[in-house]
Amino acid sequence: MAEHIPVDKTFKLFIGGAFPRSESGRTFQVHSADGGLLANAAKASRKDLREAVRAARSAQTGWADRTAYNRGQVLYRVAEIMESRRAEFTSVLTDMGHSPGDATAEVDRSIDRWVWYAGWADKLHHVLGTVNPVVGPYFNFTFPEPTGVVVVAAPDDPPLLGMLSRIAPVIVSGNTAVVATGGPSTLAAVTLAEVLATSDVPGGVVNILTGEKGELLPWALGHMDVNSVDLTGAPDGLEDEAVAAAADNVKRIVRADPAGASPYMIGDFLEMKTVWHPIGR
Amino acid sequence: MFVPTTGGGPVSTTPVDAVSLEARAAALCTRSIKTTSKRAALHTTIRCIDLTTLEGIDTPGKVASLCRKAVRPDPANPAIPSVAAVCVYPEMVEHAVAAVAGSGVAVASVAGAFPAGMSAPAVRVADIADAVGRGADEIDIVLNRSAFMSGDLGRAHDEIAAAREACGAAHLKVILETGELGSYDQVRRASMLAMAAGADFIKTSTGKIPKAATHPMVLNMAEAIRDYADQTGVVVGLKGAGGIRTAKQAWHHLVIVGETLGSEWLTPDLFRLGASSLLNDVLMQIQKLDTGRYSGPDYVTVD
Repeated sequence: MAEHIPVDKTFKLFIGGAFPRSESGRTFQVHSADGGLLANAAKASRKDLREAVRAARSAQTGWADRTAYNRGQVLYRVAEIMESRRAEFTSVLTDMGHSPGDATAEVDRSIDRWVWYAGWADKLHHVLGTVNPVVGPYFNFTFPEPTGVVVVAAPDDPPLLGMLSRIAPVIVSGNTAVVATGGPSTLAAVTLAEVLATSDVPGGVVNILTGEKGELLPWALGHMDVNSVDLTGAPDGLEDEAVAAAADNVKRIVRADPAGASPYMIGDFLEMKTVWHPIGR
Repeated sequence: MFVPTTGGGPVSTTPVDAVSLEARAAALCTRSIKTTSKRAALHTTIRCIDLTTLEGIDTPGKVASLCRKAVRPDPANPAIPSVAAVCVYPEMVEHAVAAVAGSGVAVASVAGAFPAGMSAPAVRVADIADAVGRGADEIDIVLNRSAFMSGDLGRAHDEIAAAREACGAAHLKVILETGELGSYDQVRRASMLAMAAGADFIKTSTGKIPKAATHPMVLNMAEAIRDYADQTGVVVGLKGAGGIRTAKQAWHHLVIVGETLGSEWLTPDLFRLGASSLLNDVLMQIQKLDTGRYSGPDYVTVD
């Protein structure tokens, strides 16, 4: 029996449920906290962003058309798979410089956070929707609908909890996400992509691009087929550009606490539709 | 074995090397179009489109709105040219003729028991004559694959010749339905047969089956057209149809035809792309060139 030769993982993008390399052929180095080389990861280009938005758009209607209960189940399934990969997530975080105790705590909190959001799938309509008192023989309802395709700039700190805390409120209501990440969070993002690929999340619902967020976000902000951009993890200096570029197709620009959790964070990515319904007599 | 002939004698068919055909098509598809040429390529694509609707639920209203889009693809941008033609079922021809009148856009009609062609020859000829009588400028018929694949090449040939006669002044496009013919060699043989029988255009597919206008198949048919022109001096057009949805696919077809037949083929007289959703993608690419940002389906008309 020959000696086993280690098979190193190739870190790639996650677009439409597949793991392509960057269209540009570029890579970048991911370093550990002590400066050691951990991996060469794919560096996404604007054309990868374009493809990811296309994948997210084609997945969006089908995802939103699922019942809220089913979306909750699918998200819960993601938590199940994350649970089975706890060791891998923990080692990714310790590579980044977390102590073993901190790493375990963050993985636990991340999985808990995801399950918490999964539970909101079939409850957010009751909390965020309203029955409005109106004059006249009508029922008047305001109920939430997903805004569409959301580009998420994943925060680098906390790396795993922050990324999950920004993705979950986007997709739980039926939006699809294109996640831009990079730097030290890259390996956590790629590991998350592998979890998503092996759970029941339909291809295209979450797409993950690793690379330079500052290079990708201006294209996302100008993209007319993107409905919202979450700048929580964006590098500084994009605000003015964001507002100007987003005005053209009235994108929602969101900034939030990177590790926060709230049903109103789901509300940031919803459109409110009001309908009048005659009361029969 | 039946050998198609023309006034100049029998037409010979070159055997196809499938591996090198696919390799050459793949090589041509890696050709990048530089930004400076992109707009010209996109405009050429639009000018060569047969904007098509071939659904059982087509209505006069839907055809009329398709025709408005054919004449003026982007209402906000008058610089964008009209497409070459609209392609409809015979029942819809009069509505299309009325809607494109005076615009220069032609009306093409499928006919001859499209898409299978499995009706009696007299019925198919009557169908063609009916579409011409309704005012169609171009007629798209299907090759009799049943006769062709069972070896009755003479019958397949004669039926196309009869269709040619029934067309009168209208242009005749012959659909080979390449996805059903099984091999590149069969497609090459069918191409030569259709051209010898009088086709003005040979066309890849009906769009009704999944395997359609692939790049190697279009290259194969372009080479057949080149062979035929070399042998007879007769110039025949090429129409790719079925599965062409993106601007990138379309301009790879332009590259293949331009490199194989010459850039003089890249006009609506000799090259067409049958498509429905392609036009919107081309318009989105033009918007990207104009504004520098990616566009989306919310900014083109709904078909």
